[in-house]
Amino acid sequence: MSIVGIVIVSHSPKVAEGAADMVRQMVGREVPLAWTGGGPTGELGTSFEAITEAIHRAWSDAGVAILVDLGGAETNSEMAIEMLAEEKRGRVVICNAPIVEGAVIAATEASGGANLATVRRTAEELSP
Amino acid sequence: MAVTTENTPRSLDVDWLDRERKRRLIGAVAERIVAHVDELTALDAAIGDGDHGYNMKRGFEAVLQDLDSLSAMSLPDLLKAVGMKLVTKVGGASGPLYGTLFLALGKELPAEPSRAQAAIAFGAAIVAVRARGKSDAGQKTMLDVLIPTQRAFAAGCDAADLKKAALAAAEATAPMRATRGRASFLGERSIGHVDPGARSSSLMIAALCDEFGEG
Repeated sequence: MSIVGIVIVSHSPKVAEGAADMVRQMVGREVPLAWTGGGPTGELGTSFEAITEAIHRAWSDAGVAILVDLGGAETNSEMAIEMLAEEKRGRVVICNAPIVEGAVIAATEASGGANLATVRRTAEELSP
Repeated sequence: MAVTTENTPRSLDVDWLDRERKRRLIGAVAERIVAHVDELTALDAAIGDGDHGYNMKRGFEAVLQDLDSLSAMSLPDLLKAVGMKLVTKVGGASGPLYGTLFLALGKELPAEPSRAQAAIAFGAAIVAVRARGKSDAGQKTMLDVLIPTQRAFAAGCDAADLKKAALAAAEATAPMRATRGRASFLGERSIGHVDPGARSSSLMIAALCDEFGEG
């Protein structure tokens, strides 16, 4: 059984890497995990291409849950999902959850073997 | 409002839209944005994260570098290629939003569009941008320029009036309170500033109108 992958997308590489560190501390290495932060030239921002690569790095047949911070992170992630090959597109979701807490709880849920919908729902329970 | 106006002073006819014209049109749009980088950055610094000018400049400089190959493409392919450049180079939310605008135009426009077809494609591209940004008119965004400009274009406005309409629509975002995008975090404090995305949209349309207006 494959485990749902987690992708963390922040405007800041430090935030993204830090959130990923917290995930690793919690769930070890069994959950496919990738992070990306910063725009196309490394400035604060997000990059469509970097997000696409991160989705492929964290790829799992069980799907991938993405955690984002602000506006452009979500918009670029949606664009990246739409441009995926058709057989992958339906297996990637963006969680409407706080990026750090959402990533940790989504990964914890994933590590227990939960499916993509459950991983997403659990993360989104954090949102008011 | 009717969307059929074939008897216009300047239609998008194929004999007019040759390789050199495509080069001039896309070059004019790109150069206009690059020339206004500081203004766009200042507008964004006031109510956003201050990167709109630089982000857009990076995207359109990439377009300018490829003008030769871009202008050799069919109109739909050219627009799709510009859209993908903006998606990959601009970053921020503007990259996917403007990228979606150009990609959708490329998808909707035939290679040799009439003005009526161009108006319909413009309308369809706006629908795509609204979906991408989960936004609509009145939220102090680029849509507050694109939507009224599309209406004016569909109604048969000439190039000079279309330019005026677009520039005025951008100015009209100043008294609006932002409810989408980074500026929405400021709430009431977003009032009194022109939206940077509305301004960049108006600049692109103004550049196109100047090119078309010259005949």
